Amino acid sequence: MVNIVDSHPSLAGLKRQIAALTPSAWAEGRSRVSFGLDPLDGRLEGGLARGAVHEVLPRAEGDWASASAFALIVARRAAENSGKILWLSSDAQRRRYGTPYGPGLAELGVDPDQIILVYAPDDLACLKAAADSLACTGLAALILDMGATQRLDLTASRRLALAAERSGVTALLLRPPASILASAAASRWQVAAAPSAPLPGNAPGRLTLSIALLRHRGGATPFDMVVEWNNEYRRVCEPTLLRDLPAPHQRRQMVA
Amino acid sequence: MARDKGAMRIMAVDELAEALGIAPGMALADARARLPDLQTTPYDPASDARWLEELADSCDRFTPSVAVDPPDGLTLDITGCAHLWGGEAGLMSALAAHLVQLGLTLRLALAETPDKARALARYGGEMLRVGRKLSPRNLNEAGLGYQSQPRQTSLQDARTPRDVMDLPIHALGMPDEKITALRRAGLRTLGDLAVRPRAPLAARFGKAMVAQLARILGEEDVRITPRRVPPDISVVHRFADPIGHSDTISATLQSLATAAVQQLAQRGKGGRAFALMLFRSDGQVQRLSIGTGQATRDPNLVLRLFQERIETLADPLDPGFGYDLIRLDIAETEPLEADQLGLGERDTPDRALNLLTDRLSVRLEAGRVRRFAAADSHIPECAGFTVPAAHPLLPLAHHAPVSGEPPLRPLHLMDPPQIVQVIAEVPDGPPRRFRWRRQVHDITAYEGPERLSAEWWKRRDGAGLTRDYYRVEDHAGRRFWLFRHGLYGREKDSPDWYLHGLFG
Repeated sequence: MVNIVDSHPSLAGLKRQIAALTPSAWAEGRSRVSFGLDPLDGRLEGGLARGAVHEVLPRAEGDWASASAFALIVARRAAENSGKILWLSSDAQRRRYGTPYGPGLAELGVDPDQIILVYAPDDLACLKAAADSLACTGLAALILDMGATQRLDLTASRRLALAAERSGVTALLLRPPASILASAAASRWQVAAAPSAPLPGNAPGRLTLSIALLRHRGGATPFDMVVEWNNEYRRVCEPTLLRDLPAPHQRRQMVA
Repeated sequence: MARDKGAMRIMAVDELAEALGIAPGMALADARARLPDLQTTPYDPASDARWLEELADSCDRFTPSVAVDPPDGLTLDITGCAHLWGGEAGLMSALAAHLVQLGLTLRLALAETPDKARALARYGGEMLRVGRKLSPRNLNEAGLGYQSQPRQTSLQDARTPRDVMDLPIHALGMPDEKITALRRAGLRTLGDLAVRPRAPLAARFGKAMVAQLARILGEEDVRITPRRVPPDISVVHRFADPIGHSDTISATLQSLATAAVQQLAQRGKGGRAFALMLFRSDGQVQRLSIGTGQATRDPNLVLRLFQERIETLADPLDPGFGYDLIRLDIAETEPLEADQLGLGERDTPDRALNLLTDRLSVRLEAGRVRRFAAADSHIPECAGFTVPAAHPLLPLAHHAPVSGEPPLRPLHLMDPPQIVQVIAEVPDGPPRRFRWRRQVHDITAYEGPERLSAEWWKRRDGAGLTRDYYRVEDHAGRRFWLFRHGLYGREKDSPDWYLHGLFG
């Protein structure tokens, strides 16, 4: 018996159309953005898909800076040494969390000249600028920081994902904590700050993040992990001193 | 009217009031006594100045080089523009017709130097008002500084030395006591002064007066300072009938862009800043400008950016009764190699990126698309200086991170720094705990202070508070950049604390 769906020309056509419309960034054969840390890349089959949308959520409001640092790390890995990264944020977010800071970027191992900053006055302008940026083949990565918005719904995120796939720009969406809006993103991460391995004299150490994969279109199982960013070699590494660290309550006593 | 030395005084009068004997400078009480029905409005110099600017805008249609001569004058440099209006006479009558149509009473003069024209306009001639028939002949009768002889083709012929000579000495713009002194010496017109040797005049009345005299007599030529820098290239389209349809406007834009680009190509240049001026028949002017990051000679790019600009207007283009003149100015040009276009490399990454930043700059306004620039300062907010993407300043130098060192500067900088409540063991010691946005952070690790003094050498008083920066980490591992503003005891008794940045 013939499958009724396949036999009907219009239905088959529709199926093909849907298949063409669905982002296939997680499909095999696409180049990937590796983190440079084997245990992490191994779980993601080589890294995050290039030319796809990835969502980054802070665990709590106060972890926003850590989430943006994680987005920057992925963008830097995608852009390598010379690719351009467009940092697009809305005015509301700029007022709330300040602006990316050139000398700070340089110290994280990102050449400030790689960054283009774009500030959009409102969510709609932000989304339009994001769509334009994702259509631009001259860009390596886009970091989109819109804060809480209803505009970035399933349709909008699917549109972004399609544009990213076509141009090969890796997009990182910074979303508010516990966003429940559905999206067409290839992966979703939750990021929080983690205590760094202190340097001599109890000085704060390198950028240390606690990251958790919440969702992955390619089928990777969710996991969580504490990682450190090596700003010298520009790669993610294991916090080597983690096991030597005293537990948080001991540390507080040490300080007090 | 305005308050002057305790009395309300009349500042300006209209034609009717003038006819009834009211004059500027009169006290309001005197004027009221003469004319009980006198209507007055408060004097508002700011809005007068605004209106003069608008008027200058609308005069941009005659020449790109217009200067404002406050409080009530405009100077137009029509060098090289007259032929577009059928000669100087044609331009003068078009200008007079345009201004009178706006309901102005005006004095016009044309002369070979700006100061001469200004003196002739202000102290010679008669006013032009609504209702008088305007023709070159009529204008000449009104005492304008040119003669409509059939032969007259250049300013050399239009020179009117006698007119300038007849001007009263007030035209020198000297203080009253000097004018009185001149008059006592029996000198009443500029002509009286002009025939006398200059050195004694300078000795008695000052060098400034002699210089001014030379300028008015046209012996010295000081160019006007236009409100905008005259564009390198400017192409104009005038319409016999005002146009208003958007298709016609874009077709005009296209032909203007093509013509302008041809001129660019002839000079081996590319444009970086373009301005489109739409002159409405009722005197309103709309000015749209775009800029590109790289010099361009691509008319389609220019068109696309202007379309983008038009789409982003808060109020759509309103042609009113139609535009009667459209001009495209190229304000900034740069040398551009001939081979940069048309090699089919339009889609190279760099080109695509430039197009993106240009489009975003036009749509979101240029200040919103930025990049980091080098700044020679140790003050943190100055070191993270950003400029619009198309700005030619050098990019921020990238110092590779030092081996094993954590980042010493934050990833995000607060602008302005956020005030926080800090608990420290000793007033000049490191912070223990701070409160920001209603959340308390216990500090578990810190490094500091990194003491940054204010840029006292840039300040006249040499003051400015020193900042003590601390890199801190709280119990959850969040890293912040705090500073104490002012040295305790030496600069301030209870220095405030600020949060200046967030590390990842």
